[in-house]
Amino acid sequence: MEKLQKILRKPLTAIIISILCGFLVGAVILGVAGYNPVNAYSALFSGIFSKPKYIIQVIIKATPLILTGLSVAFAFKTGLFNIGVEGQFIMGSIGAVLAGYLLPMPAPFHFIVVILSAMIFAGLWGSICGYLKAKFGIHEVITSIMLNWIALYLNNYMITLPFLKKPNSESSYEIGKTAWSVFLGNWKYSQDAKPFFKEHPVLGDVILRTDLNYGIIIAIIAVAVIWFLLNRTNKGYELRAVGFNNHAAQFAGINVKKNMIISMAVAGALAGLAGGLQITGVMPHRISTLSIHEGFGFDGISVALIAGNSPWGCILSGLLFGALKFGATSIQSKVGAPSEVINIVIGVIVFFVAMSSVLPMIADMLAKKQKGSEKDA
Amino acid sequence: MKDNTVYAVQMKGISKYFGDFCALNKVDLNIKKGSIHALLGENGAGKSTLMNILYGLYQADDGEIFINGEKVNMKNPGMAISKGIGMVHQHFMLVEPFTVAQNMILGNEITSHAGIIDYNKVREKIKDLSDKYKLYINPDEKIEDISVGMQQRVEILKALFRGADILILDEPTAVLTPQEIGELIEIMHKLVESGKTIIIITHKLSEIKQSSDTCTIVRRGNYIDTVNVSEVDETELASMMVGRSVDLHCHKKEVQTGEEIFKIENLVVKDSRGIEAVKGLNLSIKKGEILGIAGIDGNGQKELVEAITNMTHTESGKIIMNGVEIQNKTPLDTLNNKICTIPEDRHKHGLVLDFSVEENMALNGYKKENFSKNGVLNLKYIKDYAADLIEKFDIRPASCGKIKARSLSGGNQQKVIIAREVTNNPDLLIAVQPTRGLDVGAIEFVHSALIEQRDNGKAVLLVSLELDEVMDVSDRIAVIYDGQIVDILDAKDADENKIGLLMAGGGKDGKK
Repeated sequence: MEKLQKILRKPLTAIIISILCGFLVGAVILGVAGYNPVNAYSALFSGIFSKPKYIIQVIIKATPLILTGLSVAFAFKTGLFNIGVEGQFIMGSIGAVLAGYLLPMPAPFHFIVVILSAMIFAGLWGSICGYLKAKFGIHEVITSIMLNWIALYLNNYMITLPFLKKPNSESSYEIGKTAWSVFLGNWKYSQDAKPFFKEHPVLGDVILRTDLNYGIIIAIIAVAVIWFLLNRTNKGYELRAVGFNNHAAQFAGINVKKNMIISMAVAGALAGLAGGLQITGVMPHRISTLSIHEGFGFDGISVALIAGNSPWGCILSGLLFGALKFGATSIQSKVGAPSEVINIVIGVIVFFVAMSSVLPMIADMLAKKQKGSEKDA
Repeated sequence: MKDNTVYAVQMKGISKYFGDFCALNKVDLNIKKGSIHALLGENGAGKSTLMNILYGLYQADDGEIFINGEKVNMKNPGMAISKGIGMVHQHFMLVEPFTVAQNMILGNEITSHAGIIDYNKVREKIKDLSDKYKLYINPDEKIEDISVGMQQRVEILKALFRGADILILDEPTAVLTPQEIGELIEIMHKLVESGKTIIIITHKLSEIKQSSDTCTIVRRGNYIDTVNVSEVDETELASMMVGRSVDLHCHKKEVQTGEEIFKIENLVVKDSRGIEAVKGLNLSIKKGEILGIAGIDGNGQKELVEAITNMTHTESGKIIMNGVEIQNKTPLDTLNNKICTIPEDRHKHGLVLDFSVEENMALNGYKKENFSKNGVLNLKYIKDYAADLIEKFDIRPASCGKIKARSLSGGNQQKVIIAREVTNNPDLLIAVQPTRGLDVGAIEFVHSALIEQRDNGKAVLLVSLELDEVMDVSDRIAVIYDGQIVDILDAKDADENKIGLLMAGGGKDGKK
């Protein structure tokens, strides 16, 4: 009994239970809609795990989500709600394409410059929200939602500019191959590679048929850097103090306004890193006209929520998200059930994580009950 | 005791648990009809919980309640009111823009046949009650226009209006001036004369001596004793309350003042509504003395401290520390000029509650040498530093370094702040309401910490609404009224009545 109470109080328990609830509700809905949930879920899991190629695809899908989740989680830790990841992601893509197409450079440098450009574009975009909040007290949720749409139309406007628009398309030019972060990007399509992949079909499957890229490594490094920044540095200490209690932080001599701007700039840069890596790592390596937001940013909010705003947790919840999103396609193709059912599963998981404070309450109730029965005995 | 005594209230074996925490453990309370009964205990001793059970706000887990000899299962406040119990809470439950009469009938409207409120009848009833108990209440005044002491009388009247025979007063003197306290005690005696019974919750010993007939002491949820107030002295009451012998007065060495270190000239500060709250205030503090600021809440103390700590804008005037003007700079400048502050609101300004105790200890030193190097925190040093202070300042639990500040008790939270600020070695330590909400043991500690600063040749500015505290701890007392220092007295020859009069504005006109 006491052990159960202890388990119920652990945050990880809440997340695992939430995930199970998500699948349970998804199963009910599948059942009601006339599909066999067992078949659907087995299609989902075989669509995620049955081939190495699939696992790689999951990782590719998860990479931007880990970073957008990290962006939201970081801002949360410093007391800000960055709902503008979507726009910052777009600005990162624009920054990456501009540097990637207009600034030809030798290979390793080009990639670094493109990524820095993406982070600077998005970082400045994020810091606008921070500045408006620090200077005029405008809530970052309002400004960042507006900036999301401004970024979207700016993206579409960029693609009308003759120096960037690829003729007869709705897209920009591709960035130079020197800036790609694709694994063995130049070699894998060359003649030399053909015999090798013939000999090793599994590797061929994994490397040739996917956009396997270095993005995940950079995402993990970013997580480590942010964790270190938050927990081991002066700046992180200030940022967290401002996030938890800006009055006390101000009283202790911390410049609250400056830290707000820095926080939004860093959060923006992380979202921009996600956008930049998407351009350098995944086909078609260019930006296209958008009619709606792609959702990387909004998914990032859910990723952060499931991760409990822990940087390391963002890796796991990003992978979970990537897996569900990727596996959803095989539910559709194999069972015929709409892949949107996965969105319901995700929604329910988020819902239960959000109300996970119920579990410690249940633990308290159990403790009380136990006490009561001891008293009776 | 004999059975033939008439008890207005009897509580037998009351126990109450909050989760694992035992707030009350088989507490008995017997209150004679027509007496004033004090309930004495430290903060968190369970006295408010006990009264909330009597008033039906909480239900006891165990025990019985008898009102006038009849057993009652007190389920909610409505039931308590119908049994003739009225409660005046520490924080008044009044609608500020309403008149006294409107507040009086709230939820209990007296109407004519057509359903229209009959104000004449209400006024008449208020006037009757007010005359009977000498409350001097005008039924047509708005609550926001009358003084705090008057508001409290309105609360008492409200209880009487609803037919209360047993009145519970929760820390009624906390917000009053000495004069108002005297008047309140008179009113209490008048009420008892006409057959009412009064229970007063307090931790102020002098008021118990002045007002009450009997006193029940509770300590950490346990019943300690019930005594006749006339048979014990304050020191005995205090030791029963804390469970060990205490010294009610500070012992200080003779004051050894040095040169003037801090000075305020013609300071003008506006409050958050843009109205001048500090109106040309002058002040100076020497090394090695404690200057106490006495005054009723809302006379500019808050704005004065905010101006010194640079949490607000100064309209005009100068704040000079060690010869450097610090007004209209940043909080960091205040800190860098060796001024540290124990803030009034420890949760808002003093601590980051979700930080661990260790992290809170580093709050204004994290950038200094040893705490961090090249922007990276030295966690080991911070841990050792905090452990050192936790031991030195006896912060409990002793292994609280990694615990969130939120889960410490109020007294220990205050100790964290004091440890941090004092160890910062300021030339001027500002302490604003440093003992608010603390129990006797913790108060002793805070006062001796302030006096130690002074004995080390540092300057201390004490701002407090507790006149006893100001008089006991300070070397000089500056009385603040309406944004100005109206007089500065030597603590040795200050008397309570004189200061009380100055606090209420009595001295200002005379001086001019």
